[in-house]
Amino acid sequence: MNIHEYQAKALLKDYGLPVAKGVPIFEAGEARKAAEQLGGPLWVVKSQIHAGGRGKGKFKELGPDAKGGVRLAFSMDEVDANVAEMLGNTLVTKQTGPDGKQVNRLYLEDGADIDRELYLSILVDRSTGKVAFVASTEGGMDIETVAEETPEKILTLPIDPEAGVTEADAAKLCDGLKLGGAAREDGMTIFPTLYKAFVEKDMSLLEINPLIVMKDGHLRVLDAKVSFDNNAMFRHPDLAELRDLLEEDEKEIEASKYDLAYVALDGNIGCMVNGAGLAMSTMDIIKLYGAEPANFLDVGGGANAEKVTAAFKIITADPNVKGILVNIFGGIMRCDVIAEGVLRAVKEVGLSVPLVVRLEGTKVAEGKKMIDESDLDVISADDLDDAAQKIVKAVGGAAA
Amino acid sequence: MSILVDKNTKVLVQGLTGKTGTFHTEQALSYFGTKMVGGVHPKKGGETWTGHLEDGSSADLPVFATVAEGKEATGANASVVYVPPAGAAAAIIEAIDAEIPLIVCITEGVPVLDMVKVKARLEKSNSRLIGPNCPGVLTPEECKIGIMPGNIFKKGSVGIVSRSGTLTYEAVFQTTNAGLGQSTAVGIGGDPVKGTEFIDVLEMYLADPETESMIMIGEIGGTAEEDAAQFLIDEAKKGRKKPTAGFIAGLTAPPGRTMGHAGAVISGGKGGAEDKIAAMEAAGIAVSRSPARIGDALVNKLKG
Repeated sequence: MNIHEYQAKALLKDYGLPVAKGVPIFEAGEARKAAEQLGGPLWVVKSQIHAGGRGKGKFKELGPDAKGGVRLAFSMDEVDANVAEMLGNTLVTKQTGPDGKQVNRLYLEDGADIDRELYLSILVDRSTGKVAFVASTEGGMDIETVAEETPEKILTLPIDPEAGVTEADAAKLCDGLKLGGAAREDGMTIFPTLYKAFVEKDMSLLEINPLIVMKDGHLRVLDAKVSFDNNAMFRHPDLAELRDLLEEDEKEIEASKYDLAYVALDGNIGCMVNGAGLAMSTMDIIKLYGAEPANFLDVGGGANAEKVTAAFKIITADPNVKGILVNIFGGIMRCDVIAEGVLRAVKEVGLSVPLVVRLEGTKVAEGKKMIDESDLDVISADDLDDAAQKIVKAVGGAAA
Repeated sequence: MSILVDKNTKVLVQGLTGKTGTFHTEQALSYFGTKMVGGVHPKKGGETWTGHLEDGSSADLPVFATVAEGKEATGANASVVYVPPAGAAAAIIEAIDAEIPLIVCITEGVPVLDMVKVKARLEKSNSRLIGPNCPGVLTPEECKIGIMPGNIFKKGSVGIVSRSGTLTYEAVFQTTNAGLGQSTAVGIGGDPVKGTEFIDVLEMYLADPETESMIMIGEIGGTAEEDAAQFLIDEAKKGRKKPTAGFIAGLTAPPGRTMGHAGAVISGGKGGAEDKIAAMEAAGIAVSRSPARIGDALVNKLKG
């Protein structure tokens, strides 16, 4: 789960970490009061969307010369003007895709006197199985570009989960970021505290880009991006409140209610599959035979007929879907349960597009029998190749 | 021979008394009499679990309060974990502390930071963990640990290793239909932090005389496939080499989106399917573009 910058900063502030004073703005009318509260003389107006590249982003509704998604204001009138121009409009950045994202929230923040911009993140390094810091003196830029062009400027420091961030670790980070004086003193306490926040809140990513050294020599968190481990949300009911549903696809929200792994895509063949790997491969094979998948959908291992019905409804609710491919290889999932769910769903929601069903594995004979004995117009398939070719042909795509 | 499990493997079930644990223990007992020797439940120690087998008979297993007790009483040398996500890491650590040599965690949805802790404990132990978020390990006609459907297996010569459960079944089914059969199939799981990686399993298959060829199934996210490909290149230089076919899921997956498995995400321009396929092909692996043709790819490879 991702959260907004202002939410991430509030969370870090609770840990005593240095963030600027700021006020979130949901309506244009709130701007003046927020500006007065902060006092100036320099304000930063920041679009709050779940995507990076905001500063260089462009608003769809404004002219090409209009400023980006993060703006400086030198007076309260400028704050007002910028808020009015940004709120409600659609920001397109290199991470949002061409459709962009509507800016429904802004964050008004105190300006800072920046001396140096650094990069710092904490993540789970899957190659070592440890939490690791990634630090670079090249802050404020895309870290992927830094990694590609000047990999020697990136320090990766794995942390021993039993010892936590030791003084030696913190010192290594300070050295890597070339911190001296007050900034070094700050770093020695900030780095262990960031790690504490990361672990206690079950984050999967904490990215501070940039972390700045200010003109007064101290460190400050200038931007913050936080993602949480969805698998750990059960122990953080308080964090669930930070979820912003407007940032998510409606069908994906509906799917999450039923614990279905669903990702909306642009094609016209809806897929319902068990297992993430098989679900991805089903998308791949549809493409291999010349059509495009409308979604990724893994009904999971412990699915029951209800879950399958919900999955079916979500797929058929997508107006782009011109055909459906159900592909099940039962291990933990029993084919008869899938068959029951599919039959029930078809009866409930009706079926206006071709449906190809391929079942294999546990209780396959029972499942196939249920499908065959029903009076529904279901095309059955023997293996995945057969199934993919049949559905691609049925939607009029490039049949093999 | 085979790898990891055989007819002498004695398995304790952590989470036996739940619905999932019960169903799959019944299935395991029904599969060539896999030696399921008992269950573990902290509050149900001393009770007896009764399961109903496919042949209509029933089986009783003792339930122990701790893994250590269960191991002491039964001589178990493996455990399988069906405990729900919140308690799964603690269950694995209990099995590590009881010095169970092989621990297989089926549970999906274990918090990744719990696995970071587990991994640190594993490194200081002699236990091997398979999973979590995996379908388990199966040696045909000998031992089934986990949730793989036994009826698609056939005793044979192909060693299968996969990050995906259902794609493991595809590969098993296809090699059965091709008449090759399997030495063992291992699902290493779809999480980013896990007990066993491709390299560990490939090493075992290379060393196993019964395994004549291998299938490796990967997916987007991380660099484990690239690492495994490099491992196979290095081993081949030492003369250790077996014909291998492969498959990578997620060619059409959009970057930045997590595709079901917590570990299946292309991030920071890394972990894409094309890079993995290229690395595997460079290691001489016959990579099928169709998940329905993995078996064919291996058959063709064997024909040379």
